[in-house]
Amino acid sequence: MAHYLLIESRDPFESRDVGYYYDLAKGLVQGGNQVTLFLAQNGVLSARPSAQSDALTALARSGVTVLADDFSLQERGIAKLADGVAAAHIDVVVDHLAAGHKTLWH
Amino acid sequence: MSKTTLTIALMDPPYESENLTTAFRILDVAARRGYDINVFAYEGAAGLAFVRQTPHPNPVHGKNVAEENHPTTKDQVAALLAEAEKNGGKVDWVNCGMCVDERGVNEFVPGTRRGSPADFHTFIEASDNVLVIPTK
Amino acid sequence: MAKKTLNIVESAYRAVMEEQDDTILWLLAAMQGSGAEHTVVLRGNAVNYAVAGQGVPGLTVGEWKQTQAPKMDRDVLDLIENRKIPVYVVTEDLADRGIERGELVPGVQPLSRAELPGLFAEYAVIAHW
Repeated sequence: MAHYLLIESRDPFESRDVGYYYDLAKGLVQGGNQVTLFLAQNGVLSARPSAQSDALTALARSGVTVLADDFSLQERGIAKLADGVAAAHIDVVVDHLAAGHKTLWH
Repeated sequence: MSKTTLTIALMDPPYESENLTTAFRILDVAARRGYDINVFAYEGAAGLAFVRQTPHPNPVHGKNVAEENHPTTKDQVAALLAEAEKNGGKVDWVNCGMCVDERGVNEFVPGTRRGSPADFHTFIEASDNVLVIPTK
Repeated sequence: MAKKTLNIVESAYRAVMEEQDDTILWLLAAMQGSGAEHTVVLRGNAVNYAVAGQGVPGLTVGEWKQTQAPKMDRDVLDLIENRKIPVYVVTEDLADRGIERGELVPGVQPLSRAELPGLFAEYAVIAHW
């Protein structure tokens, strides 16, 4: 079993391509891997409960750990998060890198 | 136990993308942990360590140079190098040479250096992990 | 033996006229020359790089004329034939853009979106460009 960290810096309001990345996370977890999706920058805009956040909740239910960068959240005044999304510090990214988990940025 | 070595590839030029804010936050954490860090500054990122950046005032907000204290990435790069060293790590910051040439940013923060794709390959081979932060 | 690296390339036609290359494909070709072991997956708009017969004569500004305009199809062929870098192209992304498989340069390998995650295990490093 491999571990992956997928960093999503884009949001689904501006980029249709975010769906591809969420699907990639789901495909990796369905392949038996441990996957963390770390939302950063405008990527956290979909973490606020909305029609767009349903996709993140579904990802969390499928087994992906969904985190949102606390700095990006605070910068955007996002206090309430969708079900399945937890705030996390940027250290998490370095933890994954140091542990040798394959890390991608979108 | 061998020291953790990370490689990060950057592409964004200063002042155009939030990617660099996040990148420097990641690099800062790694430096505070005393990791060895390789940075391959490609394309626009070759200007991050350009030593001739100067801060400016903010007339819209009525601030002079000192009051505005405008960030320059060259200072962030220098601070990163110092932080890593303070914690027993080191930063090998390579500015891709052709990228430097075409942008005319050929004066670097001391401690950073000119390099090439061969350096990025060497970094990848020598690192525990690699993160590419692409530009859009 | 070098670390096998999977490079997912999605950014397309960004500064290719100014640089006279796609700077990611160029970087990978340069690194291959240093002994790297790269594979490329073209996805999103970058699948268009594999379309044969593309390219323009070059930019002109006043009396200034570009003489070495890029041709992305030629560069994809170069990766495959000369640099021995396998190049995959995501089939659904081709279909979304109305590109038929027969329009592509020879040697690109089809890959479905569903197959992409399964490829990851074969590579030590994955770079998403």
